Amino acid sequence: MPSAPQFRRRVGLTLAAALSFACAGGREAAGPVTVIQNKGSDTMVNVAQAWAEEYALVAPQVKIEVSGGGSGVGIAALIKGAVDIANASRNIKDEEVEQVRLNTGQDPRDIVVGFDALAVYVHKDNPLVHLDRKTLAGIFGEHGTIERWSELGVSFPGVADDRIVRVSRQSSSGTFEFFRSWVVGKNDFKLGSRDLNGSKEVVELVGHTLTAIGFSGMGYATPAVKMLGLADAPGATPVPPSLDAVLDGSYPLARSLHLYTLGEPKGATQAYIDWILSEPGQQVVARSGYVPVPPSARTAAGAGTATR
Amino acid sequence: MTAPAPSPRPQRSRLERLAEALLEGLIRLSGVSAIVFVLAIFFFVFREAAPVVFSRNFDLWKFLFSIEWYPTSASNVRYGTFALTVGSFAVTALAMAIAVPFGLGAAIYLSEFCGRRLRETLKIVIELLSAIPSVVWGFIALTVTSKLVVDATGAAVGVNVLNGGVVLALMSVPIIVSIGEDALKAVPDSYREAALALGATRWQVVYRVLLPAARNGLLAAVLLGVGRAVGETMAVLMATGHAVHIPGSLLDSVRTLTANIAAELGEAPVGSDHYRVLFLTGVLLFCITFAVNIIADLAIRGVRRRG
Repeated sequence: MPSAPQFRRRVGLTLAAALSFACAGGREAAGPVTVIQNKGSDTMVNVAQAWAEEYALVAPQVKIEVSGGGSGVGIAALIKGAVDIANASRNIKDEEVEQVRLNTGQDPRDIVVGFDALAVYVHKDNPLVHLDRKTLAGIFGEHGTIERWSELGVSFPGVADDRIVRVSRQSSSGTFEFFRSWVVGKNDFKLGSRDLNGSKEVVELVGHTLTAIGFSGMGYATPAVKMLGLADAPGATPVPPSLDAVLDGSYPLARSLHLYTLGEPKGATQAYIDWILSEPGQQVVARSGYVPVPPSARTAAGAGTATR
Repeated sequence: MTAPAPSPRPQRSRLERLAEALLEGLIRLSGVSAIVFVLAIFFFVFREAAPVVFSRNFDLWKFLFSIEWYPTSASNVRYGTFALTVGSFAVTALAMAIAVPFGLGAAIYLSEFCGRRLRETLKIVIELLSAIPSVVWGFIALTVTSKLVVDATGAAVGVNVLNGGVVLALMSVPIIVSIGEDALKAVPDSYREAALALGATRWQVVYRVLLPAARNGLLAAVLLGVGRAVGETMAVLMATGHAVHIPGSLLDSVRTLTANIAAELGEAPVGSDHYRVLFLTGVLLFCITFAVNIIADLAIRGVRRRG
């Protein structure tokens, strides 16, 4: 295990050397290639890969190396100084900020580059159309009492066992933490849910299990599943899951996607992040099934990078 | 002119002696290194886990015997691994219940009843089976066998103990077969000839002579199969449904110790309690395999003394 980060750090050092050469050498267009190390959230790995590919056409002298592993893995690599940009689908934790300071002497810089909206999925043959938060807490929450579909007035003809099959994510994933905090706040979920290891797997399992309910990114929807409308409280009007609802803030299950750098981004990294926040970069976000940052918020998020 | 001649024994050159000493040292080093590696692995895993073991709010009893596994709870973090241990045992036991009869049966067939040509073909196929990477097995479990399980049993979800056990059995059978066959082949032919000469049938030869004679090797084969099943990570992660739950039937989903580490270590902040408890789970696994090995070793000795 320790060899990989070490190796990456060594690469990083070589790159730093290469970079300083490039700066010293002035504008030699065919100069050494700059590599930006980018690691983190599995939720963001596809969009990060798409950015890297697109950016290679814009700036061929910069090479972006993208890898996943999880938000925590990306931030851990940032703490070690092994990456230039860490992707995270959650906010950095206070203890992690502390470790970044301790290890590198710099503050992590937070840049919001898009939004991820989660959807509650059921099988396509499930007659349910929407749910409210309290009912979801009854299904998923630790002391929730809802165990069967019949308690929700849903019946499946010909199915004897109508216990609700809860499909969840592993408890350390950003998706899980996000969903849990919306449904039960600081409380916990019931044990016994199927905790799968990826967003796609959740949709896949719900898609071939009639009595299942699960949550995953909106972008993962398939014809075999149905997304439910969500209401904040039992009486409230349910909001159907749509990009518009995410953008105008009425859809409750949406979160922001972050890039973290050590201190203010500089040089090639700064140029890359500026590009991500520009129109072409944001189009990639939309194409990957996420919601782009609205232009007004974009300048605000990128202000620190643009001025320096 | 009879001067006492010095013994004409040829002396090796200094270089040769040095080379030999060096080689001997090298071989000794590789022998010792196995021990060093095992100790080092144990040391480093335990070193990562130690701070949480000695911290004041850690309760070893709860770690071992509580089923409440809430590592990322925002209000009440609980680290109980009992459901995971039970899950590991359940899946492994089922896998062995399937794999041992099939594996040993195949080994006996290959070594005693099978024609030479068929044997060579079968051995190649079995070796091919053992070369399939575990993540591919996981894929098969998730997409193929889980649907078969649903069709055959009417279970709501196909990823469960039965599915995991079947896939682990498929993974450990090749190991049991090839090592078991080696053990049977190592029994001298004179045993077989003597038994046949005494009028034993082929089945009696196998049952009365070969199995007792090869018991150590066969036990080793079974144990390596158990080792493969207990230690398997990716395939069980994908096959068992990964639910923290004490299984009440074969059709319940479970989570194993190994799959839990694989799924959560990547997202646990380095140095956090969660991270350290996952390493402690590694220590627990280490202790379980160690205990299994020692029990097996004692069993072999017991059998030997009686025999």
